Amino acid sequence: SLGQTFRRRPPTTGGLRFRAVAAAIVIGASAFFLSPTDAFDPFGNVQSHQWGKTSLDDPFDSNRNLKKASKSNKPPPLKFEHGTTTVAFTFEGGIIAAVDSRASIGNFVGSKTVEEVLPVNDYIIGTMAGGAADCSFWIRLLRSQAQLHELDEGKPMSVARASRLLANALYQNRGLQLSVGTMIMGFDDTGASIYYVDNTGTRIAGDMFAVGSGSTFALGILDTERRFDMSEEEAINLGIRAIRRATYRDASSGGFINVYLITKSGWKKVFRDDLACQDDTAP
Amino acid sequence: MDSVLGVTYKGGVILAADQGNARSILMYQKNLDKITSLSGHTALACSGPHADVVNFSEFIAKNIKLYEFSKDGTVLSTHAQANYCRNELAKALRKGPYQVNNLLGGFDKKAGGSLYFLDYLASLQKVNFGAQGYCGHFCLSIMDRDWKEGLTKDEAVEIIKHCINEIHTRFLIAQPNFIIKNIDANGVEIVSFGEDPASA
Repeated sequence: SLGQTFRRRPPTTGGLRFRAVAAAIVIGASAFFLSPTDAFDPFGNVQSHQWGKTSLDDPFDSNRNLKKASKSNKPPPLKFEHGTTTVAFTFEGGIIAAVDSRASIGNFVGSKTVEEVLPVNDYIIGTMAGGAADCSFWIRLLRSQAQLHELDEGKPMSVARASRLLANALYQNRGLQLSVGTMIMGFDDTGASIYYVDNTGTRIAGDMFAVGSGSTFALGILDTERRFDMSEEEAINLGIRAIRRATYRDASSGGFINVYLITKSGWKKVFRDDLACQDDTAP
Repeated sequence: MDSVLGVTYKGGVILAADQGNARSILMYQKNLDKITSLSGHTALACSGPHADVVNFSEFIAKNIKLYEFSKDGTVLSTHAQANYCRNELAKALRKGPYQVNNLLGGFDKKAGGSLYFLDYLASLQKVNFGAQGYCGHFCLSIMDRDWKEGLTKDEAVEIIKHCINEIHTRFLIAQPNFIIKNIDANGVEIVSFGEDPASA
């Protein structure tokens, strides 16, 4: 028995753990329990949805598919919002993408180590905001389409095509109440581009976007400090600062800051920092 | 929230639309072009959620192009194109509606400049001038007062500019950029824009 070795149970892979967590939680979502007497609504901020009545804002009753599917007039259990904070911008040296890593349901922080950047191919990445399961499913599907395209064509898929495939798929499924707010960005023959794509099927090209519940806070920093002719170090620093300021003010954002840099030779992760260890007075 | 305006004149149509793309409290971009050319002599100014605007206008434009290819270059009249749009809106209405309000403007040799008002409920009406969205509350009275038969192109652009001024003065939502397009015998051309739609 001295020579007996105890066999260690192999650790669960990150993928399995993530899937289990993703199945249970939503990134940065504020869950509204729709009963007006609910204890999670002390300030009466919840607007209970008037099922069966269509308002001027929603004359086509976009929840009709869900109502039909559920065969009852009960509302869906969680109200998703595009929580979290993700930013992306172009500059002279390429594209910077900076994200936080918090996933929450209401006031509960489900995970502080979510990888909110998903690769599409070696030159394109997608950020994740909204529903964790929705985002990771659709971007992984896009990744498989990009890989097949690369095998067929012999060169990587363009950013415009990748974003359009995703936007079309989301538009066709717009009645299913998916929650996806993503930026598809990268390099191709035409240079650097960033496309904002969301669950309504919107697809917009631009130089700079911020997505998520903390996006407005991040935009305040980005709009005032971003220039095209920044050095790589300055750009990474700007991404860090924008996320840090947003996580300071937004309850649904936090965890780690992850920063990715994309150049014409591909994407790479350039920075990761635990916000919990930071001094609040840090810039 | 989008502002879409149109004025016919003798020899063509002027279409104008704001260039903002916003959702909730965020302004995503200020250089969007909401006026799509459907063919060499017609254009569709489309207002509504960005996804529906893009999907509807591209769908109609490509189908009209397909018709031209398949019928040996036959060009569809503005009236025909407007009715085609209406039909597509009506077909989709009870299935997966396009939540878009449009003004379709075009020039034909026989009919001259014509403007069609297309609602999200698939109603179609030929009009001399029109507006979609909240801007109609401010601008229709100005157009009622100033429009007459036999306007010139410059007079029509003046009417549009008066309307845009009124929007800037009285409308709650800031819409600093407007794109104005002219459709006449020479085709569709940009008269002016607030911010270049081509800038990414």
